[in-house]
Amino acid sequence: MEIPYNHEARPDTGLYNAKVGVWLFLASEVMLFGALFSAYILLRVGADPGTWPHGLLNIPIGTFNTAVLITSSVTVVLGWAALQMGNFGAYRKYQAVTILCALGFLGIKSFEYKDKFGHYEVWLKEPVTVKHGDKEVKTDRLLGHIDYNGAHPYFWKTETLAAKKVESFKFAPDPYHYTMSMKEMAHAKKVAAGHKHEEIEIKSSQVKRLSAFVPAHSTFFAIYFTLTALHGLHVLGGALVIAYIWGPGAKLWKTNPVQYTNRVEISGLFWHFVDLVWIFLFPVIYLL
Amino acid sequence: MSLKAFHIVFITASVLLAFGFGAWSLVGYSDYGRTADLIYGVSSVAIGIGLITYGRYFLKKLRDISYL
Repeated sequence: MEIPYNHEARPDTGLYNAKVGVWLFLASEVMLFGALFSAYILLRVGADPGTWPHGLLNIPIGTFNTAVLITSSVTVVLGWAALQMGNFGAYRKYQAVTILCALGFLGIKSFEYKDKFGHYEVWLKEPVTVKHGDKEVKTDRLLGHIDYNGAHPYFWKTETLAAKKVESFKFAPDPYHYTMSMKEMAHAKKVAAGHKHEEIEIKSSQVKRLSAFVPAHSTFFAIYFTLTALHGLHVLGGALVIAYIWGPGAKLWKTNPVQYTNRVEISGLFWHFVDLVWIFLFPVIYLL
Repeated sequence: MSLKAFHIVFITASVLLAFGFGAWSLVGYSDYGRTADLIYGVSSVAIGIGLITYGRYFLKKLRDISYL
């Protein structure tokens, strides 16, 4: 028995089964991301003044990735439109660009993650004097990079110092800290631009806490990695589905072009949802 | 809602983001005087205008396809 409205639209609703199915799925996705967005906003507004990390994400990279995803949404819809007009060759080209954009987005995001895993905050028992922009300040909290025997390690934490029997390490402090106001931070970054960071020697016995920018660092990074990694998994899932339909699944075009075009539309709807999530995620996490 | 209708929603959100980010960057430029902010601001506004132009082209190209 053939399932009705599998690829032709039901006359009263104008929808075929898969379209109803994907919208129900997307409704559940809205609830998932909506809950996480709400959690982020409540954590952010509930944080004590001056404690919420800001200015630590790379805005140019985030902006570039936003442009990559917008481009991929344009190519996915143009590919579908090409199929509607029976132009399979144009569809293949547009969807190839979509898949490349998805891979590009994930590659850039991995680079961004790697940068965070090697960027540290160290809490010291006694304050030290460092330069923040054009000012010398005494502080017991530093952001920066570790240089240990000429290498820049990743994922170190307080316990790593004892486990690796590290007596001391070199630390290149950033010329700012997120406890500064936006204006002070921007000024400090501007003054320090182009200057090499002076390294200081830190004894492990001086360290109260050491953490890379990983989820355990703070609530901010916990929610940042949760949201962006979940989004990244959606990008990967969407890219795999689009690539399957584009590659091995393309045989269906010869036998049932209507159903094939519907499949492309469904994957395109999911892809648009994933991109729309990023359109909200980018300003909330990177800019505010 | 068809992919056509969802795409229009998406492009509208992207236009708002482009203008919003442009405004954010230009305010940053007027506050801190960073040249990079000026470049981001002007480029974002230009991208926003580009997306509106694309949206009009898209609606014209797909006028025969249903919104359902």
